[in-house]
Amino acid sequence: MTALLEVKDLKVRVEEREILHGLTLTVNAGEVHAIMGPNGSGKSTLSHVIAGKPGYEVTGGEILFKGEDLLEMEPNERAAKGVFLAFQYPVEIPGVATMNFLRTALNAQRKARGESEFSTPDFLKKVREVAKSLNIPQDMLKRGVNVGFSGGEKKRNEILQMALFEPAICILDEMDSGLDIDALRVAADGVNALRSPERAMVVITHYQRLLNYIVPDVVHVMSKGRVVKSGGKELALELEASGYAQFEDAA
Amino acid sequence: MNLALAKNETGRGLSDSFAVARDRLPGTGKVAEARSAAFEAYESVGLPHRRIEDWKYTDLRASMRDVLPLAPAPDEAALKRAAAAVKLQSIRGVRRLALVDGVFVPKLSDLDGLENGVAVATLRGVLESGEATLQAQLLTLDNANPMVALNTAMMTDGVVIQVADGVVRTQPLQIIHVATGTTPAAIFTRSLLRLGKDAGATLIESYIAADGATTYQVHDSLIVAIGDNARLDHVRLVEDAREAFNISSAVITLGARAHFNTFGMTSGAVVSRYQATIAFAGEHSRVETNGVNLLNGRQHADTTLFMDHAVPNCASREVFRAVVDDRGHSVFQGRIIVRPHAQKTDAKMMTRALLLSDEAEADNKPELEIFADDVTCGHGATTGALDESLLFYLRARGLSEKQAQALLIQAFVGEAIESIVNDDLRELAISAAQRWLEARA
Repeated sequence: MTALLEVKDLKVRVEEREILHGLTLTVNAGEVHAIMGPNGSGKSTLSHVIAGKPGYEVTGGEILFKGEDLLEMEPNERAAKGVFLAFQYPVEIPGVATMNFLRTALNAQRKARGESEFSTPDFLKKVREVAKSLNIPQDMLKRGVNVGFSGGEKKRNEILQMALFEPAICILDEMDSGLDIDALRVAADGVNALRSPERAMVVITHYQRLLNYIVPDVVHVMSKGRVVKSGGKELALELEASGYAQFEDAA
Repeated sequence: MNLALAKNETGRGLSDSFAVARDRLPGTGKVAEARSAAFEAYESVGLPHRRIEDWKYTDLRASMRDVLPLAPAPDEAALKRAAAAVKLQSIRGVRRLALVDGVFVPKLSDLDGLENGVAVATLRGVLESGEATLQAQLLTLDNANPMVALNTAMMTDGVVIQVADGVVRTQPLQIIHVATGTTPAAIFTRSLLRLGKDAGATLIESYIAADGATTYQVHDSLIVAIGDNARLDHVRLVEDAREAFNISSAVITLGARAHFNTFGMTSGAVVSRYQATIAFAGEHSRVETNGVNLLNGRQHADTTLFMDHAVPNCASREVFRAVVDDRGHSVFQGRIIVRPHAQKTDAKMMTRALLLSDEAEADNKPELEIFADDVTCGHGATTGALDESLLFYLRARGLSEKQAQALLIQAFVGEAIESIVNDDLRELAISAAQRWLEARA
């Protein structure tokens, strides 16, 4: 069986500075991986490169998604293939109504996959169902994308999109940043509801706390642009107790 | 007189074509005298060029080169094509007044069942009838501006609308300018709207091309007098053919406690200029003017507004947005004058430009001349590209680059379009913007 996501010896530069120095990571369908590590270890860079954010230069290695070269694809092609990045800081887009955005995005993905576009009533029905399960009031959907949303609302909106687009792999970039414990629990419940044997998740976080709610199958420790240790969920607890310092030298 | 400038491509002087056209130009006596004077005024300057400060960014001598010969009156085939074009633009609940190649066409207009207190005549009719008051009002425009003078000399037709005192909730009126000519020609029109005391009206001006019309020139002017305590809502949409020129002038005068809300959008024509003077003649009046330019290819669109605060206690708001792609060029010149004694004037002007390519250009020229001391006046301008982080967010959700841009452009112009009060007219502006976005996709 082909792995869902294979990152092989990935080297990435941003403006002359190498951030990832040969990172390797394999994620299979159905698995939840956590990537932990201190600030500046390259966690967010990895998520951005997987999603196709401009401004990063890949100088070595490759990323395969279902065996296909992901780096050759435009960001929207990656989305249509089933790659979803939940942003650490979801942007506010004034003047673009959330509903209009959701429908345009969903139908663009479906069209790219050769599927029929959703009719308006079907789409509305689907959004309402998902919104209800995430406790997102209809009023929020009428506003501009993320405009005036609290931190928790923005993250819920990311999970709403995840539920709507049904991606094959979800990269959650510091989903816990800026969330209080209640907001975190709601967001984590939303993510857990989407766990399935066909879908993989990569949870990027500083803190072990999030992993109490989203329990990973595999934990990786990143330091200075490489994965320096991988293990089971108990590795996260170990890190919480001893900190990242022990890995700084290893890298 | 510069004869070289007045020559057209056929080598015949424009003064000859004025002489040739003269028989077709309505009005005798005073009207004919006014035309001759205006033509002389035009000929002494010729097409304005960049060394004339007011035309610095829009050099018609370089871009237009010649004033084309007067368009012939439309024949049956032309009217048929005009009818098809007009049909595509029809708006629910709106009374249409059609000008085809500069000629009012009753057959394509809705003149039945005019409300009591609303009168519609043609410019030709008024100029020929000897109706002194209306004629005088139609001939008030200043010859100092060469393109206005040329319009006075050559105007063939248009509509003259009068709304009596106290008449409100009138059906929106649309003056639709249709060009049909398959051979290069110029169209000269002038319209007048008189809105009585306590009256209310909505006026739409649309400029479109029938299938097959490509190279033509529109030379239009509009005179509006808004009575005391009256309100006019105005929408202006320029969707001319991509090779066409549109040079339009407007003079709007407001009485006391009057309200003028105007929205203009230019997405058509290769070169266009809209020069409008808005003058406050009575106190406690208010003007909101919103404009959008959507330009690509080599399109050039110039909006030149002159807000004349001649009396105290009036407010004006100018919000202008430009979206410029390829080698497009957007120009906004906003002059605000607050005359002595016009105390408590509240005037603001804001322009924002979105540049979608490295070669796109947007020029902003605000000019504030304030001669009163107790006023609030301000202006601001920003220019920038689409926000990369917003584009990436949208693309990461599956939108193609063009789709993501389109959504952000819609949001950018949407704020200006929101200023249109009437739902149907707002829809009309949105669909015009949509057409532009789809054409670039």
